Amino acid sequence: MALELDQIEARAGAFVLSADLTVAAKQRVAIIGASGSGKSTLLDVIAGFRQPTSGAVRWLGQDITKLSPNQRSVSILFQDTNLFPHLTIRQNLALALNPATGRLRAGDDDRIEASLTRVGLSGFADRHLSAMSGGQQSRAALARVLLQDRSILLLDEPFAALGPALKTEMLDLVAEVAAAEALTVLLVTHDPQDARRFASHTIVVEAGQAMSPKDTEDLLNDPPEGLRAYLGEG
Amino acid sequence: MAARLVSIIAALTVAGLVIGPVTAVILRAEAFSGFRPADWQALRFTLLQATLSAAISVLFAIPVARALARRQFVGRAVLVALLGAPFILPVIVAVLGLLAVFGQSGLLNRALEPLGLPELQIYGLQGVLLAHVFFNLPLATRLILQGWLAIPAEQFRLAATLGMGRNAMWRFIEYPMLRRIVPGAFAVIFVICLSSFAVALTLGGGPRATTLELAIYQSMRFDFDLARAAMLGLLQLGLALSAGMIALRVTSVPVAAKGLDRHVPRWDRTDKRAICTDALSIGLAALFLLTPLAMVTLNGLSGITTLGASVWQAAGHSILVALGSTALCLLWALPLATRWGEWLGLAGIALSPLVLGIGLFMIVRPFANPFELALYVTATVNAFVSLPFVLRILRPEAETIRTDFARLREAMGLSGWAWLRWVLLPRLKRPLGFAAGLTAALSMGDLGVIALFANPDRATLPLKVYQLMGAYRMDQAAGAALLLLIVSLALFWMFDRGGRVGS
Repeated sequence: MALELDQIEARAGAFVLSADLTVAAKQRVAIIGASGSGKSTLLDVIAGFRQPTSGAVRWLGQDITKLSPNQRSVSILFQDTNLFPHLTIRQNLALALNPATGRLRAGDDDRIEASLTRVGLSGFADRHLSAMSGGQQSRAALARVLLQDRSILLLDEPFAALGPALKTEMLDLVAEVAAAEALTVLLVTHDPQDARRFASHTIVVEAGQAMSPKDTEDLLNDPPEGLRAYLGEG
Repeated sequence: MAARLVSIIAALTVAGLVIGPVTAVILRAEAFSGFRPADWQALRFTLLQATLSAAISVLFAIPVARALARRQFVGRAVLVALLGAPFILPVIVAVLGLLAVFGQSGLLNRALEPLGLPELQIYGLQGVLLAHVFFNLPLATRLILQGWLAIPAEQFRLAATLGMGRNAMWRFIEYPMLRRIVPGAFAVIFVICLSSFAVALTLGGGPRATTLELAIYQSMRFDFDLARAAMLGLLQLGLALSAGMIALRVTSVPVAAKGLDRHVPRWDRTDKRAICTDALSIGLAALFLLTPLAMVTLNGLSGITTLGASVWQAAGHSILVALGSTALCLLWALPLATRWGEWLGLAGIALSPLVLGIGLFMIVRPFANPFELALYVTATVNAFVSLPFVLRILRPEAETIRTDFARLREAMGLSGWAWLRWVLLPRLKRPLGFAAGLTAALSMGDLGVIALFANPDRATLPLKVYQLMGAYRMDQAAGAALLLLIVSLALFWMFDRGGRVGS
């Protein structure tokens, strides 16, 4: 059972992305490629922000191509703006639990506190984003994703603004949470070290073509020509 | 989906408010037999006073703007902020202030008398021009100041290194900027003065100083000649629309100015002649703008304690109208804070309140007594007239919010209600407060459509001031005007402050 991109073709202006690949459920996969190669477009197609012009997206055998982002089993962490900065963490997480009203129901507070504890932010519920560090904000965003309770997690370079140590810490936390919750994770990154550390498999995107996932170690130890140039080894 | 429906409903009611009254006016105007000489005279006077008002305002604004651009002094920021105040100043309050300075027994005539000089007459063209310059000199100054501050500092630095003299700087740096900005400023003020009603009502009048708007009012109130009022309304509409189109073409300056509190470092500041001209320009402008307001306050202080019950009742009406039109305007503006919504809102500038008023009068008349609905109609028209300004304030922020959070909203699947309650309203709080303050103050001070409809039981405060002036009860008028000024500013302050707290 898996996430399938079946002969997908998606257009963004003059740019065309093609993808025909399968990601196994519960796998952690990195997506690497040069800027403008189509990595974010690929995530947009999976998340439902962009409709492919042809092909189908399937999850566990079910066609989800026409579903809107919030109808899919997908949650996503963007590069920025993962939480509303004018709301407290509790209000943000309440919106994730009850997107129709944003009101807290019985038991919601416990769930919010549990998810915050899970990401190491116990006692932070009533803080605003402005009173938190970059690392804490990333953790809070991860807590939001946990509460959304979706099977696929897409990470569009959400930790790019963090320092190397914090980024590693966050990737380890996501890996741990993903394993515990049996999540399928796709991580867009520029850094081959992230891919090595985080993902068993890696998708290379090159000039609008998304390749099938390969074993990360194999791929990085013997990169194909295009990837070698991108990694600065050629 | 629901959000789109709300937008469509808002757009349809606004469009209906344009199309309905205009159609009523057009249909009624068919019964009209032809223009009288007085009507042509009104058209001529309207164009003449608008041209002169715009020309004088812009001409005087140039030295004031230049002085503000190159000087820094204590109180400069306050003065620049005050330049925005006439926008929310009730016309009738300003008129009373101007009468206290330039009127028959005003300060100026009292000073001239011992010198044996002839008495100044305020009523007529000169009075209309005086009031229009009072209101529009600050606007022109702001627009031109913006142009001055937009000149890159490097140009003045270069001029200093080249040793350019005053004339060369004017010719190569300042004049090219003015040539770009001045036509737009002139056009904006011309359009504003075309629809002048309250000023013409109080300081004009008589066959030689009647604007089209005033002629519409007179044919409704005195002759009850609806066909003539409708035809004049149509003429006014055509005039305002064509002038508005021209203004949109030549206006390159945004009206909502930001950053006017900075100043440009220049190397000709120590020139003695420049210092004198600048001091004189700023001093005279401040004197011209502040003395009337000081006089209203002084004269009103004794009257405000002895105001009759009818004045307080009128104040109550005005506050209700102001709050009603603020609520209605914001209800329209929130879903219409988009590009096409702003285009629709521009109708609020093209369509004068009086034209809208007679149109609504004709629509309502077969079903109800329009005079009994005076306050509702006034609130609706005031909301409509404020809409373009409110949309100008809200749209940039609303669009930023929509763009910044579009993906997060979709990813979280927020409902329209949750979006409004938790994201849009909290983030728009500050511009919403400012817009609400502006609408409330504008509506509070409005003396337009209410003059068409009102009977003594349903007077608003500006109308009451006007009635007291007409009855030569000047102490009471001054007291009521001060009350009007206080309530207008208080409403503006409360909403604006409310928007700032915690945001």
